[in-house]
Amino acid sequence: MATYKTSDFKKGIKVQIDGEPYLMAEMNFRKPGKGNALYECKLKNLIRGTTLQRVFKGGDTLEAADVEEVEVQYLYRQGDTWVFMHAESFEQYELDKDKVDDAWKYLKDGMACQMMLFNEKPVSLTPPAHVELKVEYCDPGARGDTATNVTKPVKLETGAEIAAPLFINIGNVLRIDTRTGEYIERVSN
Amino acid sequence: MSSDFLPSCSLDMLHQRAELLRRLRRFFDSHGFVEVETPTLSRDSVIDEHLDPLRVTLFQDAREPDQGEPFYLQTSPEFGMKRLLVAGATAIYQITRAYRGGEAGPLHNPEFTMLEWYRVGDDYEDGRRLLSNLASAAIGCDDAEQITFREAFQRHAQVDPFTADVPQLGAALQANGKEVAANEQDRAVLLDRLLTECVEPKLGQERPTILYDYPANQSALAQVRPADDQGNPAVAERFELYIRGVELANGYHELLDPAVLIERNRQNNARRAGAGKYQLPEQSRLVAAMQHGLPACSGCALGVDRLLLIAANATSIQQVLAFPIERA
Repeated sequence: MATYKTSDFKKGIKVQIDGEPYLMAEMNFRKPGKGNALYECKLKNLIRGTTLQRVFKGGDTLEAADVEEVEVQYLYRQGDTWVFMHAESFEQYELDKDKVDDAWKYLKDGMACQMMLFNEKPVSLTPPAHVELKVEYCDPGARGDTATNVTKPVKLETGAEIAAPLFINIGNVLRIDTRTGEYIERVSN
Repeated sequence: MSSDFLPSCSLDMLHQRAELLRRLRRFFDSHGFVEVETPTLSRDSVIDEHLDPLRVTLFQDAREPDQGEPFYLQTSPEFGMKRLLVAGATAIYQITRAYRGGEAGPLHNPEFTMLEWYRVGDDYEDGRRLLSNLASAAIGCDDAEQITFREAFQRHAQVDPFTADVPQLGAALQANGKEVAANEQDRAVLLDRLLTECVEPKLGQERPTILYDYPANQSALAQVRPADDQGNPAVAERFELYIRGVELANGYHELLDPAVLIERNRQNNARRAGAGKYQLPEQSRLVAAMQHGLPACSGCALGVDRLLLIAANATSIQQVLAFPIERA
């Protein structure tokens, strides 16, 4: 396995700590005049999204993380497992509920997603930034109420619930921002 | 097209730099110092565990540029200036380039401008006073407050740097919200981390701060004052200036004993070998000069780029250099 020495440390490298992959999000060189060289790093856990502040000293090493981003297609759900297919090799990957996280809310058959592989195993999934989903159920629209910041819960074809404006009806197709889980606009009636 | 041929600092910054250099020269000229020049390229080098001079091969034949005597780019002009003191100079200063391998960051550039001065007859206290006066004259700040290394750690990191053991130093870092690796066993690393992460950011915020009386094992080329019967530990007579959390200068009540210098050189080379680093020459013309007799003096080195950074309210050294290493 390749390793990074402190002299190779820089923003953007991917390293492995305690068996998990991290992105070096920030790196600061600090050194008291006559003292040890210190490398102050902010590391982002690529699976959980948490950050870790850690200081390394000159000569320390970190293992490089074997992390790869691949394009996959969503195939189907089987209980608490979501199944995807590599867009080029057709290899199939299964992702458990805890790793799919909130992404399940936006998955439609055939949808192209980004999957992160760590040591060739899937660890996380990123759906497209914007998706279009049909409203499966909501309370009837309140006619005449044009207040824009008033919302109601609507249930989407994937089973997820989001907040949408009062004028939305069953059967409407909505554009949704998957990064915030927010309604953007109505695409069709 | 790439624009990295342009300077990374503003043209106004170049004017500010020129003005700062004028003030520094005016200060020393009016205090009876003589400006000197010594070589930046030398067979000799300061031997410090953590300072890594850049090596240059002084080749004779351009067809074999890797064959020749090894020279070092100075990490400070200390050796040349002390040789001048041995020769009879009494008050000298120099504004020159210094180089340190492996040092690049918001407060470090591998090539930087250093101001260094020595005055024969100055003791430890005189040295600190002169540094404080210089800072006031250069950037119009108040006189420096003075605080010992020990007091600074007790005040800002709640730990005694002289008596605490490894677990206590680690606990002090954690108590200040810092992560400590479970296997961290190096006392010197923990002390350096406490200094850079907990203590330094608090120093020199109201007015400049001079930190003094360093642990004896951080003496570099300073005299060590032995432990006394009141329970005070041995300390290095070394002082550093901080303004707004930035380390600006490092001074010594200078070591005069060549035998001690040789012994420190040997120990530092051994530590360098332990860390897998190259060795530096233990015999030097400074050793020879000190054997002849270095007069009692105090000396100090100041980072001019960092002083400009403070004067200009900048946050990184790249903002005050025309061409930092990325554009060099």
